[in-house]
Amino acid sequence: MKKFSKCLALTLATAASLSLVSSCQPAEVVNVFNWGEYIDEDLNAEFTKQTGIVVNYKTYTTNEMLYSTMKSGGASYDVIIPSDYMVARMIEEDMLLPLDFTNIPNYNDIDPSKKGLLYDPDNEYSVPYTWGIVGLIYDASTTSEAPDSWTALFDKQYAGNILMFDNPRDAFAIALAVLGYGLNTTNESEIREAYALLKEQRPLVQAYVMDQVFDKMGGGEAVVAPYYVGDYFLMREDNPNLGVVIPKETTNTFVDAMCIPKSAKNKTAAEQYINFMCSTDSGYRNAIAVGYSTPLVSVYEKLKANDELEDICYPDDETMARLEVFINLPPETRKLYDELWAELMIDN
Amino acid sequence: MFAASFRLAFYATAICLLISYPIAYVVSRETPQVQSVFMVLLMVPMWINFLLRTYAWMSILENNGLLNKLLVLLGIGKVSIINTEAAVALGMVYNYLPFMLLPILTVLQKLDRSLLEASSDLGANGVRTFLRVVFPLSLPGVLSGVTMVFVPSVSTFVISKLLGGGKTLLLGDLIEMQFLGNAYNPYIGSAVSIVMMLIVLVCMFVMNKFGDGGEETSMF
Repeated sequence: MKKFSKCLALTLATAASLSLVSSCQPAEVVNVFNWGEYIDEDLNAEFTKQTGIVVNYKTYTTNEMLYSTMKSGGASYDVIIPSDYMVARMIEEDMLLPLDFTNIPNYNDIDPSKKGLLYDPDNEYSVPYTWGIVGLIYDASTTSEAPDSWTALFDKQYAGNILMFDNPRDAFAIALAVLGYGLNTTNESEIREAYALLKEQRPLVQAYVMDQVFDKMGGGEAVVAPYYVGDYFLMREDNPNLGVVIPKETTNTFVDAMCIPKSAKNKTAAEQYINFMCSTDSGYRNAIAVGYSTPLVSVYEKLKANDELEDICYPDDETMARLEVFINLPPETRKLYDELWAELMIDN
Repeated sequence: MFAASFRLAFYATAICLLISYPIAYVVSRETPQVQSVFMVLLMVPMWINFLLRTYAWMSILENNGLLNKLLVLLGIGKVSIINTEAAVALGMVYNYLPFMLLPILTVLQKLDRSLLEASSDLGANGVRTFLRVVFPLSLPGVLSGVTMVFVPSVSTFVISKLLGGGKTLLLGDLIEMQFLGNAYNPYIGSAVSIVMMLIVLVCMFVMNKFGDGGEETSMF
């Protein structure tokens, strides 16, 4: 009994001290939902220091996961960073708030070529965070010649040493590129042809991966893998034999953009956060930490001046012209993608 | 895919049982000190997150991973396990082994020693005592172990993605895909979940029947 009352006293004391803490002025909070490994983590603390707003930072791994989190309504975020086609889908489904650009003066620094893109033609809902390209990563120590085409991923000589995207949009884009079709095609027979190609490729594939690609390419497990060029630099730290090319057919170039969802509770803080991320200092630190291409002109100039530009991240205009940006597909096409993808994955 | 999920869960459960029973039997006859050391050793890895442990297995089993490096050093040569069903089954066995071991161990520890003495008094040898006395009395533990391994194995999802290279899609992966993954379709996801729940309930019901008409100790 004595023990029990001791416990009780302790519990009460803890409860009392907790209530003391919570009775303090609650700090203003901005809830941010970003991709994993996609920021210089110190920047959040820096933002809090400058504004007094606490950053509650969470991460996700795919656009689809972001979409389902927002759609299921379980969470409330103030800033999210979907990619182009997902921005378009969210705009279409009325999930985003229009931004007040007077609160985001740093928007002026965004490269004009990254404004008014197809996904947000009137620049109402999004501010580019980074952009990038899907490239073909290969291990030079195990290939006789550097591949320059997506066909390497379908080449029997690499059987068992091929990694492939574990998401339908990116995987289909590669098959469509090999077949010479547009990456945004809605033509069912073209998509089915791409499916047939992926099905044929399946026995050659070692594994379907997303983030696991870092371990596998870094550890020399596979010879060729498609992935986002920005992440190549991280893999190269583990495996200096790795090289990357922009395949000669075409490939996807994407923009990840900061948006404010309808469910946001603190729009002003969200806009402050977006503005902060567009400052030269934040953009520069992010570019160094993340390795993706920056949409900020001043950051590009600074990288150039410091000789820190990776050419592959900023291809010339001629190369850029043959790359394709994903647009949001109509629901029928999305459904077809989902069905074919599930079929491809279930096929044992 | 239903078949693959149930087949792999069945293998995992069977292997867990085969590994756990002898260990539990031996440990239950040790001194309390040895038993508590064993319990600590068993529990410590469980403090690490399940996902991290599975990632660790991925690094161990890779073609150029730790296991193969060791085998090459020993002059045995490489084995290729990663991205196969065997790797997925191994992941399940590793992650769910304690759920089989603990219930069996608990039952065996509580076994009344005088019953064993009575058995040998009546002329039964060791094997006979085990088959006629120890094993039947430990059945409730075995059954709850089987349930506790089979049910999470059949619905597991991350293991097949990490160790199976995403090529062995299991039921859990299909459900995950509908909610968080590449195809947002909660309706299909819910439907598959319910079908799976029914199948699992039927399995549990059947197992309960085996356990002498469902003694209350056998399940939860």
